[in-house]
Amino acid sequence: MKIGNIQFEKKQTVSLRKRILNPIVCVVLALVFSSLLIIANGFDPIAVYAKMISYSFLNARGLYNSINAALPLMFCGLSVAMAFKMNLNNIGAEGQYAIGAIFGGGFAIFGPALPTPLNLLVMFLLCALGGGLWAMIAAVLKAYWKVNETIVTLMLNYIALLFLDYLCYGPWMAPRQTTAMTTTIPKSMYLPSLGGTSSGVLLAIGIAILLLLFLKHTTGGYQIGVIRNSTRSAEYAGIPVKRYILIVFALSGALAGLAGFVEVTGIVHRVQAQLPGGSGYTGIVVAYLSQFNPLVVILVSILFGGLQNSCAAVQLMGVPSQIATMLQGTIMIFVIAGEFLNHYKITYYSAGNREVSKR
Amino acid sequence: MSVLITSICAAAIVYAVSILYAAIGEIFSQRAGIMNLGIEGIMLMGAVSGFLTVVHTNNLALALLAVIGVGGVLGLVFAFLTVTLQADQTVCGMAFLIFGSGLSGFIGKNVTGIASAVKFEKIAIPLLSKIPVVGEIFFHQDLLVYFMYIIVPLSLFYIQKTRPGLILRALGENPASLDTAGTNVFRLRYLYVMFGCAMTAISGACITLSYTNFWNEGMTGGKGWIAFSLVAFSRWNPGFAALGALLFGGISILGMNLQVYLPGIPTQFYSMLPYAATVVALIITTGSFRKIHTAEPAALCQKYVREER
Repeated sequence: MKIGNIQFEKKQTVSLRKRILNPIVCVVLALVFSSLLIIANGFDPIAVYAKMISYSFLNARGLYNSINAALPLMFCGLSVAMAFKMNLNNIGAEGQYAIGAIFGGGFAIFGPALPTPLNLLVMFLLCALGGGLWAMIAAVLKAYWKVNETIVTLMLNYIALLFLDYLCYGPWMAPRQTTAMTTTIPKSMYLPSLGGTSSGVLLAIGIAILLLLFLKHTTGGYQIGVIRNSTRSAEYAGIPVKRYILIVFALSGALAGLAGFVEVTGIVHRVQAQLPGGSGYTGIVVAYLSQFNPLVVILVSILFGGLQNSCAAVQLMGVPSQIATMLQGTIMIFVIAGEFLNHYKITYYSAGNREVSKR
Repeated sequence: MSVLITSICAAAIVYAVSILYAAIGEIFSQRAGIMNLGIEGIMLMGAVSGFLTVVHTNNLALALLAVIGVGGVLGLVFAFLTVTLQADQTVCGMAFLIFGSGLSGFIGKNVTGIASAVKFEKIAIPLLSKIPVVGEIFFHQDLLVYFMYIIVPLSLFYIQKTRPGLILRALGENPASLDTAGTNVFRLRYLYVMFGCAMTAISGACITLSYTNFWNEGMTGGKGWIAFSLVAFSRWNPGFAALGALLFGGISILGMNLQVYLPGIPTQFYSMLPYAATVVALIITTGSFRKIHTAEPAALCQKYVREER
């Protein structure tokens, strides 16, 4: 491809060193760009960044909090990565998270008292079921009527969040309470803590490993790869594409529903309005930056969790907390651009059509 | 009662126009083959940039110019990523959504809760506004609404009847053949994406410059997504988009008003209406059970690479 004096050539392979180095360079460039915006708003970017990093990562307390903040992101990221593995745009992790929390939280608050492990198991299954069922609406429409899953999952987000709002302001609202939240769930439903973090992080890592094994070493994972590369050839090969759309969507939704499980049992210990708080959307960024690799999702989530966690620190300096979202967006835009440079060799020709520089 | 109906219809039009700018912009962008999922973020950037300008200058024309400029620049970046760098359009759209909602909240923090001194006021058009019922509904509105009366037929005419419109349609259907015929596919896609983003930004400005005169974080509240689904719903036709926007506007405003008469139903269920309606409308208009040709541009979301055609 040639645009003006610049020639792009597709590279066949990308070295591992470049694959790792490139995103890091892009993140640094994104931070440099954002610092311009920070300066324009009258703050000192270096002081802001230093405060963010030291608050979120350079002490045990901060690191634990960052991991806790990252927990729902891990599950939402895994959910999105799962769906993207088959080129399904599940933008609905936010809503699936909410419905998962409603299913599990409802059991925790109104359900019968069972022994702790059984309690947690039932809640785990209910959260996964809730998220999975909510995702199935889009999956069925996609599989049988080819209705665009992007828009359907998006609309379902708003419906789910409004329903959560309704429950928390209405029938589920705790007595003598002015904020929209339920009563705390019984102690027997708390996920045990692990040092300063929730043990949900072990669950996330375990599920990420299972997912990786499933995608890399099973027939199902292989067939998902075939469908991603070409739906038509998958159909010729006799792979039941419709069934896979349903299965992958159900799994993806269940993973997002589990974000509700870890948040309710491990962090907030109640159900409240606006519980997902954008994790479903951030999960998309996380999944993309991780190149849809489940284990990398865990790492990137912790980074983003730290970013969200650090808002509290910079707010004391007068910096708006929206800086975290802004940084996430900027990082993503720069990484998208950098991804291209990874796959193409760029040659610049001067006016005389002579090769001048190569990258 | 009739006063109530007139005011509901007039409010429905204001609501419809605030999503229609974005929907028409997105129709142009998608007709050119580029899907921009970042509408919500770009609307927020339009809303905040318009509001910031008007707070500092009290000049609405300047504010509108700033909004168009911000939209254009965002469009330029989006086109660079998707057209030149051929990045995944869905992922880029989400990046713009997150970037826009974050940055708008960041730069708008200081003006949250402040009211601007000026906003687009309703102007009654002489004679026309005197027509019973219709006049009050259609011709007692603000400038942004009146612009739309011109934009809808004009864009419909442009897409369906003119030569550049024909080229635009081909851009989304078969860019390779256009390229062979000597049209600069890349430059045209840049133009339409930038136009689409500028229109989307105006949609956001409708909210802060005419609907209200203050700024709040995330105040588009999902309107961008309704605009996005309106594009498929209207089968990529500005005329149908206008009808669809009126329908959604009507549903939303009716929901708000019904609340007063049927207080037994919680407000959240009324707020769900437009989103549920979008899903139903989408199933009806694009579900494959209809066995008719889908109007979706064939090259939508596809990367166009010269060597790989």
